Amino acid sequence: MRVHYTALGLIFCVLLLLAPANGFEAEEERQFEVDNPTATLNILSTADLNIFAPLVEAYQQKYPGVEVRYITASSSELMKALYEENAQFDIAISSAMDLQTKLVNDGYARRHDSAETGTLPDWAKWRDRLFAFTQEPAVLVYSKAAFEGLPQPTNRDELIALLRENPDRFAGRVGTYDIRESGAGYLFATQDSRQSESLWRMAEVMGRLDAQLYCCSSHMIRDVTDGKLALAYNVLGSYAAAHLDDNPDLDVLQFNDFTTVMLRTVLIPNTARDPDLAGQFVDFLVSEENRERIEDLTGLPSIDPGVLQREAAFRPIRLGPGLLVYLDQLKRRTFIRAWLNAMVQP
Amino acid sequence: MTAVRARGSLRRRLLLQLLLVAAILSVALYFTVRALAQQAAETTQDNILIASATAISEAARAERGQILVDVPYSALSMLGSIAEERVFYRVTADDLTVTGYDDLPAPDAAIETGNPVFTTTIYRADEVRIAALPRRLTVGDETVILTVLVAQTRLGLAAVSLQISIAAAAAGVGFFLLSGALSWFATNNAMRPLNRLAKSVERRGPQDLSPVETSAPTELVPLLQSLNTFMGRLSASLARTEDFIAEAAHHVRTPLATVRTQSEIAMRSVRKPENKQILREVIRAADESSRSAGQLLDHAMVALRSDNLEKERLNMKDLAQDVIRSISPTADLKDIRISCSGSDTTSAVEGDPILLQNALRNLLDNAVKYSPEDSRIKVEISEAASTVRVDVLDEGRGLGDGDRSHLTERFGRGDNVRDVIGSGLGLTIVDEVVRAHGGSLALTDNPESKGTCASITLPSA
Repeated sequence: MRVHYTALGLIFCVLLLLAPANGFEAEEERQFEVDNPTATLNILSTADLNIFAPLVEAYQQKYPGVEVRYITASSSELMKALYEENAQFDIAISSAMDLQTKLVNDGYARRHDSAETGTLPDWAKWRDRLFAFTQEPAVLVYSKAAFEGLPQPTNRDELIALLRENPDRFAGRVGTYDIRESGAGYLFATQDSRQSESLWRMAEVMGRLDAQLYCCSSHMIRDVTDGKLALAYNVLGSYAAAHLDDNPDLDVLQFNDFTTVMLRTVLIPNTARDPDLAGQFVDFLVSEENRERIEDLTGLPSIDPGVLQREAAFRPIRLGPGLLVYLDQLKRRTFIRAWLNAMVQP
Repeated sequence: MTAVRARGSLRRRLLLQLLLVAAILSVALYFTVRALAQQAAETTQDNILIASATAISEAARAERGQILVDVPYSALSMLGSIAEERVFYRVTADDLTVTGYDDLPAPDAAIETGNPVFTTTIYRADEVRIAALPRRLTVGDETVILTVLVAQTRLGLAAVSLQISIAAAAAGVGFFLLSGALSWFATNNAMRPLNRLAKSVERRGPQDLSPVETSAPTELVPLLQSLNTFMGRLSASLARTEDFIAEAAHHVRTPLATVRTQSEIAMRSVRKPENKQILREVIRAADESSRSAGQLLDHAMVALRSDNLEKERLNMKDLAQDVIRSISPTADLKDIRISCSGSDTTSAVEGDPILLQNALRNLLDNAVKYSPEDSRIKVEISEAASTVRVDVLDEGRGLGDGDRSHLTERFGRGDNVRDVIGSGLGLTIVDEVVRAHGGSLALTDNPESKGTCASITLPSA
């Protein structure tokens, strides 16, 4: 027994030593090596490695000699790393706009002002510290077969009516984010509640239809493709677009009452070892000339300053102190409780 | 010669003082605008902070012994609508943090419910303005003081106040430039009557002692009155002097005539040539003295009449011939012939006949006096576009090479005539008369022989 305890104690000590070095939980890590590196750029990101790798390689093509260390983590782990552990990264990329805003607001980001960031529209940057480089609308992904014989809904009210009138067809076959688990889901739901009261009716209708709750967009898309779901609400359109060509039954719908648009943002943490290099990378991401290329490389729609004129329903989530409201613990608890009351019915 | 030295300028002094006032006002304007604008900006921020705090405070309620605060989205988003500022908030019940940033400092000031308290402090590396809004909240059986703190950085405010400062400075400079230009105009305007007066006094000839008759601003009236009084006294004094000279000359001439007569009588009775020579000298001296006295009289008369010319239309040639006739006896004594040539019909001038005759006589007198015996004097009258000119040419010793400028000065005489007795008044009289008529006197060498050419030019009638 004694030996046992000693061994446990040793393990505990090793864990303690390791913890400060890498307290947050990373998912993937990859070193983009180059010959004769002159500098290293450390990126902490929520975007999957396979999505971002081509972009990093394009960056290295333009700036040879820069070694890139790319580490992915969930948005809450990213927040933990920067906010609590002061982990040293040159770049932080996240789709959790609220957490990124909090990092900037609470003074964890470095200012960066350049000609490239100047080309961004006002809604795509905040305080010269937070810069958006993609705009990803929340859409409805549905199976054409499941909607056969029904009129195609164009807004939320029509979808609610449709679901209400056809409980047999949709029971157990609607999906959406579990906002307790998913930061993006919580963000979309709170923005929905800000835009209209239809969120609560939608939650109630979906709850009555025994809605399936998901952690991520990709799982919802998979289940719609498999035919398990008839529709998935508030899915990241950018993820769905990749599957449309392979699955003729799959379709994407942008509501014309309003379409919440999530912005993927980048910031330079205060702890950056090489802020100039980080600034160069930010400029690479947001510069006007690279926008089209980034879209081709990652499949993520890049910032389009004129989109608001063309798409009347587009509502990019506003960067700024308003986003701090839904991070308030009391607010979050109240909101999730109300949402669960509607969504999970006994 | 001038005893008045310019020391400072009224105009400059006035302008400088106005500019100084303008500068002081500009600086005052700058500080006032800046203070007011900053106050306005701060008040705006305070108002938004308190609106935000009120919204949060109203969203607080107690439920089953628990305080619930449903922070409205607008409460924080409104803070981001004006400038991109950092925002912090905190809700406390008594001393316990309910939600928000639990290290956000609450103001030290005693909190009375209902009244917001504002403080400015450094929080998370930036200067922040904190609004604290307390209210009472009943939780279960007890009442707690619920305080909502909302804070915002003032980076934008600093930028705004810099902008305002620049704008205020620009306004100050603009005000100064404008008032500077206006001061310049005002100064010029104020100085105009003074300048006008100075010019009108300056325009008067040196002989003009008549009172200055012009309208002037009240401030200048005493000066003008003094000037006029002074000029009156001066002209009276001058007149008295002239009177005195005339009187004196007159009184001198009479005994001189007696001396001459007595000397001539005595000459007949003396035999010795040296005695005769002495008497001849006496007679000659008496003649010269008498002539000088006469010229003094003439000069006094000229001075008197010049101020008040009695003009009439005259023919210059007639006038000259009259003078030649009156002087011929003297000329004959030295066998000098005087000829007169030139137009006789149109050489008309406007003038005082007595003065002009006097001037011509003096010229001819001089010519005769300095001409050798058996010579000729020519008087030529000619006309130009608007002038009549009289040249008197003699064959005398000329003007010499010395300085000629003092010839027309009173008692001034040429350097080469020291041996001839003369008063030095002759050319002075001519000059004064000609000037009084708006003409001029010129002395040049006789172009035909070695003598002198004295020319007077008068405006034609």
